[in-house]
Amino acid sequence: MVTPETRNQNSTPRVLLQDRPCFPSGPVSASARQMQLVVENLACARGAAQILSGVVFSVAAGDALILRGPNGAGKTTLLRTLAGLTPPLEGHIRTAPEAIAYAGHADGLKASLTVAENLSFWARVFGADDISDAVDAFDLNDFLDRKAGELSAGQKRRLSLARLLVTRRPVWCLDEPTVSLDTANVARFAAAVQAHLAGGGSAVIATHIDLGLPGARTLDITPFVAKRIRADDPFGDEAFR
Amino acid sequence: MIGLLLRDLNLAVRAGGGFGLGLAFFLIFASLVPFGVGPETGVLRVIAPGILWLGALFACLLSLDRIFQLDWEDGSLDLLATSPLPLEGVAAIKALAHWITTGLPLVALAPVLGLLLNLPGPAFVWLVGSLAVGTPALSAIGTFGAALTVGIKRGGLLLSLLVLPLYVPTLIFGALTVARGAAGVDAMTPLAMLAGITLATLATLPFAAAAALRVNLR
Repeated sequence: MVTPETRNQNSTPRVLLQDRPCFPSGPVSASARQMQLVVENLACARGAAQILSGVVFSVAAGDALILRGPNGAGKTTLLRTLAGLTPPLEGHIRTAPEAIAYAGHADGLKASLTVAENLSFWARVFGADDISDAVDAFDLNDFLDRKAGELSAGQKRRLSLARLLVTRRPVWCLDEPTVSLDTANVARFAAAVQAHLAGGGSAVIATHIDLGLPGARTLDITPFVAKRIRADDPFGDEAFR
Repeated sequence: MIGLLLRDLNLAVRAGGGFGLGLAFFLIFASLVPFGVGPETGVLRVIAPGILWLGALFACLLSLDRIFQLDWEDGSLDLLATSPLPLEGVAAIKALAHWITTGLPLVALAPVLGLLLNLPGPAFVWLVGSLAVGTPALSAIGTFGAALTVGIKRGGLLLSLLVLPLYVPTLIFGALTVARGAAGVDAMTPLAMLAGITLATLATLPFAAAAALRVNLR
């Protein structure tokens, strides 16, 4: 969530942050570049349970950060917090307003609309009028007029990822983006991410596979997993860890 | 915003969209009443205003759980919440789309059903007027209820329980408008009250619905 304090610092969209001293987990060269996303001492919750605490990282323009961690560690919770869907328990997420494009597990597609209609809708919501770049990037030309409900799981995923391009937002927060994609389309997706990075964007990606992004940093979130808050949690004992 | 409205209308009229469900329910409900209470025109003319308003209310209720539930299930609601559209605007547009696909057809169909129920001649204007003024409140209140219950599996029952008490003022003044119109006395006062309720719900409930959505999306 963009805190009010952050909004005041960046009152106009797309204003990038001031350079700031880099954090221990940040790249050494980051201080020389524009930061697009700075996370300080972030604690995230899902429902009533605290999942992560003390998360610290920063992402500069052109950077990709790969989130790793076992199932249930809190990658999705972290990404939803970054996207502003869940307010952080403590800490700050410093980013320009409306900088983050979020893509979660669900595709967000309407089965009774065609591929072109689905994409055009999101383009219109985000104030873009041209979907051809997104269509080309994920090779959707062959089924533009088919209903999204008739697509295979991988084709739906490609359509859902194409939506990221029409948002024209600089920071992509992606949750398992390559699920149900074949090898060729994983490469296509990696190329789209690279083009986004080369264009001055950045990305935070939770994934278990190697996307082959040169220069991508990896952040294992296991050290940030919060201790169980509930004192009576039967599984909170060290023996269960 | 316009894009969202057009998409919702588009989805409603396509296969499986649920458009016409409320309308068909209203039609069947009102045409079954004479079978239930008997065909005496004297009885029907007395109960017609209340029956027509009740039918419209239940018809609205039928499609409420679709307002946010489908978008929540397929992930669109997350994406809308992170989009440049304000969530309050999303809620208002959803209510408007629900009214266009449910309330507006009811307004158009009501005079026909009034004939079936032997509604007195002077009451027809008041019937159409009161439904046109009152059904937006049903959609706005229903959108708020749908926002409160989004994410609850089979939350339709809870939604009905939450929303029905809130529908009472609209029902009272709506049916009273038609009944006074049928009796040939001035019905402006209940109609003005009805308009007041509608305006108040339209002004406040999109904000309440957006707040409820924010909580439910966590």
